[in-house]
Amino acid sequence: MSAAEPVAATAPATQLPADSTYKLRRALEAGLVPVTAILAATLLFCVFLITLGRSPVEFFDLIWTGAFGSWFSLQNTLTRAAPLLLTALCVAVPAQLGLIIIGGEGALVLGGLAATCAGLALADAPTIVNQIGMAVAGAAMGAVWVGIAGFLRAKRGINETVSSLVLAYIAIAVFNQLVEGPLRDPSSLNKPSTYAIPDDAMLPDIPGLEVHPGIIIGPIFCVLCWVLIARTSTGFAARVTGGNIRAAQLQGLPVAWLMVGACALGGALAGLAGMIEVAAVYGKANASLIAGYGYAGVLIAFLARQNPLAIMPMAVLLGGLGAAGGLLQRRMGLPDATVLVLQGMIFVAILASETMYGRIKWFQPRGTT
Amino acid sequence: MFELKNLSRRRIIQGAGALAATSAMPALAAPKPVTIGFIYVGPKDDYGYNQAHAEGAAAIKSMPGIKITEEERVPETDDVEKTMQSMIQLDGASLVFPTSFGYFDPYMLRMAKKYPKVEFRHCGGLWDKAKHPMNAGSYFGYIGMGQYINGVVAAYATKSKKLGFVAAKPIPQVLINVNSFAMGARSVDPAITVSVIFTGEWSMPVKEAEATNALIDQGCDVITCHVDGPKVVVQTTESRGAFTCGYHANQLALAPKGYLTGAEWNWATVYKMFATKMQAGEKLPNFTRGGLSDGFIKMSAYGPSVGAEARKHADAVKAEIMKGGYTVFKGPLKDNKGNEVIPAGKAYPETAIELESTSWLVDGVKGSTS
Repeated sequence: MSAAEPVAATAPATQLPADSTYKLRRALEAGLVPVTAILAATLLFCVFLITLGRSPVEFFDLIWTGAFGSWFSLQNTLTRAAPLLLTALCVAVPAQLGLIIIGGEGALVLGGLAATCAGLALADAPTIVNQIGMAVAGAAMGAVWVGIAGFLRAKRGINETVSSLVLAYIAIAVFNQLVEGPLRDPSSLNKPSTYAIPDDAMLPDIPGLEVHPGIIIGPIFCVLCWVLIARTSTGFAARVTGGNIRAAQLQGLPVAWLMVGACALGGALAGLAGMIEVAAVYGKANASLIAGYGYAGVLIAFLARQNPLAIMPMAVLLGGLGAAGGLLQRRMGLPDATVLVLQGMIFVAILASETMYGRIKWFQPRGTT
Repeated sequence: MFELKNLSRRRIIQGAGALAATSAMPALAAPKPVTIGFIYVGPKDDYGYNQAHAEGAAAIKSMPGIKITEEERVPETDDVEKTMQSMIQLDGASLVFPTSFGYFDPYMLRMAKKYPKVEFRHCGGLWDKAKHPMNAGSYFGYIGMGQYINGVVAAYATKSKKLGFVAAKPIPQVLINVNSFAMGARSVDPAITVSVIFTGEWSMPVKEAEATNALIDQGCDVITCHVDGPKVVVQTTESRGAFTCGYHANQLALAPKGYLTGAEWNWATVYKMFATKMQAGEKLPNFTRGGLSDGFIKMSAYGPSVGAEARKHADAVKAEIMKGGYTVFKGPLKDNKGNEVIPAGKAYPETAIELESTSWLVDGVKGSTS
């Protein structure tokens, strides 16, 4: 672009000047629109608080204290954000093809269970072999589970949103059946669980912190997925399919396999999230795994407009709200649902702000008319 | 925390002042200020398990020097670790009560190891001296005898001789309650049967309503339950015109016509004891348990439908229980499949450790644990 500038400067008035700041303005648009939406939601929420007779200042002060204000709070936020990064990718990756997968919960739950089985089967193997085995088992299980939804869509035209959700219900039922039945550790009387994986196979916390390695693994996959989507021909093919499926078919792109592949990749990441929950937090599979991370991931992916890089700040935002929720209850006596109200307002505001893209002239390419 | 360059003269004077203030504290007669954290798995006003604990917490709130910090709807995941940590770090709690069963292992145990100076007491009775840290512990109540009295009262109310029990999970605690309820009813009239339906979840209102309706459709005319929030069961039963025996907390307000009586927790006794010891700087007991006679459990006042005969009988049983050592699980006792579960000559009072691995339903119960 900069090379073109002198040309533009010397060009006759009839020629179009190069729009040298367009890229920057587009990036600004992508950042400003959601930030404005969040601010608008926040203002609306302040009105809500005032009608309840509570102080918005105290509210946001407590959010800050509970989510970021101390070393402990920050670690709390990051730990909560960790699984959400991967489950959000489970939505964002298939979304490139226009697929809306909302059943990441199923992949996470079964992935966690498969990882536990692998961890138990490899109990005598060296630690690293065991951990890799667990990761592979978790990811493979998740890939198969969400891959089924992709396959049904590609080969049978079955709506992937519905099928992935229903598959998540099936996954949870199968999980409960196995954990309370054949895989149950008989000594887990009042809370049915599987046997625990060996202690030395557990993923240790990051040295010096109380945050498990999920918070490193998550961002790595966010960046990798972004590279895959934005910088490879496979990603391009996926985006073409998402943009216009008939055009993609005419071009001879393997549409069906892209669909299955994207779903399987998303599922693998959600399954990996399940493995991390087991290997870094619980040490065994039980009902604690069914914590709704899969569904929270849907929210984050939409907040991030399906952009893997934007998933990171959004996951931290929601993780922070979660971390501060308890403090708000305790200090202000607000019901637990208050944070959900704020989350809901942010979600609606961001979805509504979608319509703002391309509407504000200042962000548009210049000199084209 | 603060670096040396910040250590100005003013700081030092402030520090010295603070030191003087703290050292002057013991001279004051006021009880030691203590912050106590309460964590609930569901809403505080659920007419059930959580409300019972919140009522206990409310009872100590007014004690001088006691500050309580409460958080509801905390899931049994590592979220509860974060809540405990947050109460300790941000609120300064020195005693924490994670009240839900699933909070114990591994969450509370991990926190107890991490914060050896903070006391943790869990509701459920899982603490084991050999395995668990000494700053942790358990408290629990024997509520089975409350269900036994429920059964006695229910026996007088039923016309169909069929009682219904909506149960969460087939685990020992729940099975003891089902068995006690059945034995209480059958002590009045051995022809009575109790049909039990397990919903599989501690809190699953839709299934609880379905189960209640199914039981009433089968002809049951008195319903009781063991789920986290009995609200749905009690309301459904009332709307169908059947009788209810309550559980966890008092549900009379939900069923003004059909509420007979109920087995309630009386956690105020326990929490007051802990708070007082905490203030006095005494060592807290690691393992606390009690039943009706210890004030850990209470019965709801009788509802309007309970006749004089039923009151008299139930009061007599209660008086016996209040003496302590009352035993209903006596051999020979058969389960509902005909197997002998307690041999002749054996007797298990409510405190018997053998009951804590109960996996059977007593004779007279219709239903299965699997």
